[in-house]
Amino acid sequence: MRHALSETFSGLKRNTGITLAVIMTMWVSLSLFGAGIIAAQQVSLLKDEWYDKVELSVFLCTAKMSGNNCDKGLDATQEQKDQIHAVIENSPEVEEVIYESKAEAYDDFQEAFSDSPVKDSLTLEEMQDSYRVKLVDPQQYQSIKSQLSTMRGVQNVQDLHQVLDPIFRWLNALQWGTIGLSVLLLLAAALQISTTIRMATFTRGREIGIMRLVGASNFYIMGPFLLESLIAALIGAVLATGTLGFSVWFIIMRNAQQTLQTIRWIGWEETGIAVVSIVIVAIVLSVIPTMISARRYLKV
Amino acid sequence: MIKFEEVSRIYSGMNKAALAGVTVDIGKGEFVFLVGGSGSGKSTFLKLVLREFRPTTGRVYVAGKNIGTLPERKIPALRREIGMVSQDFRLLPGKTVHENVAFALQVIGKPRSLIKRVVPETLEMVGLGDKMDRKPDELSGGEQQRVAIARAFVNHPKILLADEPTGNLDPETSVGIMKLLNRINRSETTVVMATHDWAMVDQMRKRVIELENGHIVRDQERGIYGARG
Repeated sequence: MRHALSETFSGLKRNTGITLAVIMTMWVSLSLFGAGIIAAQQVSLLKDEWYDKVELSVFLCTAKMSGNNCDKGLDATQEQKDQIHAVIENSPEVEEVIYESKAEAYDDFQEAFSDSPVKDSLTLEEMQDSYRVKLVDPQQYQSIKSQLSTMRGVQNVQDLHQVLDPIFRWLNALQWGTIGLSVLLLLAAALQISTTIRMATFTRGREIGIMRLVGASNFYIMGPFLLESLIAALIGAVLATGTLGFSVWFIIMRNAQQTLQTIRWIGWEETGIAVVSIVIVAIVLSVIPTMISARRYLKV
Repeated sequence: MIKFEEVSRIYSGMNKAALAGVTVDIGKGEFVFLVGGSGSGKSTFLKLVLREFRPTTGRVYVAGKNIGTLPERKIPALRREIGMVSQDFRLLPGKTVHENVAFALQVIGKPRSLIKRVVPETLEMVGLGDKMDRKPDELSGGEQQRVAIARAFVNHPKILLADEPTGNLDPETSVGIMKLLNRINRSETTVVMATHDWAMVDQMRKRVIELENGHIVRDQERGIYGARG
């Protein structure tokens, strides 16, 4: 064991430059990888939350709005409203329904954009009466939606999927892009490690030859090489952990969470999952290339 | 101690066998000269004993074990029973004489107390008791070969293989090396020495196994280098 440690140390010293390169590549690639994992968790958190809240918004016809089920130039009649309300009420998929009048909608709008010039872009007359429908299971929205869409007096049925799906598609693409990029870099790191080990076995060829000849075990011969790349990779992992931890704390906890309090943000638990993944990847990506290149060059 | 049964070895890419149908039995404590020209199969013979590769056909036994079927992980244990000395010494230039010999014990995990005791003893035996702290490049060729022999013998192996150990040495120095190998042989160690050095073989009058194109053409007790029969 003492031999392995001292050999590892002198190996690290001998290859300071290349070891630093391995550490830096590992650092950057593992940080990206971890960021991808954290982002994925944040996205799925948002998905759960937003899709859970998904309501169907059933907008009713107004004099100014046109739609297939609207009578031109007329508001939805009370009779039509009653029928729509009855269908919603009696549907087993529905948990709760709220009627929002055009005036309430206008007030909400005014309040939401109170500091913005957008505030004055809509008039009361341009708002619509609507039913806000909360579903028992947010995923089961299709049948009630299609049923309501064909009723007289319904101008449009909007569900949040229409709005959210494209956003999540982009977020997904972004997060997979990050992970894909990090995989490329991780591959580069693995190749770097394998080259380093190949060089090291080459420069220590005579020594290794003697060790084999006098019957040193494979583990004894490979141990220092394994430790060498493992240490470099783990230093990279520690740096990446620091980077991620700081980013989560600074970007999410210090800033995002304060400004966007309505959204649920990931915390230390999710960061922990990312860190564990990073460490596993670091170990695998250092041990396997080392084994492969050392095996080939240590063969009798 | 070493037994070959119908052993052939064909290197990949070569259509001629380096060793062809060799059957031979070398007993415990024997001293054997392996003679023959370049490419006759001497080195292949020694490498088969070390399990650097397996025979293409046939079986090689070392200390009663068929080493052709030995799993990879048991090769180190086999090699701890075998000392190997080669023509080019193979010393580590950065280490002292003492460190070079100690290295062989360190890397198989021997305790420090043992190393401290055994290494000077062995170096004393090969006649280098006073040069333990020198580096190999401060020694003569004969002295370097003595260090290599000390390293091969320090773990008291059952078998000592020597591949042209006097190939780079002048005759006088060679005699010294031969005496040393002879002495090691008298301590019950089986010695197999591949050589071109006919004067040495003639002088020693030991068992001679002669190889030619991978075949044994002569196996003679108390033989000499040249003559057959």
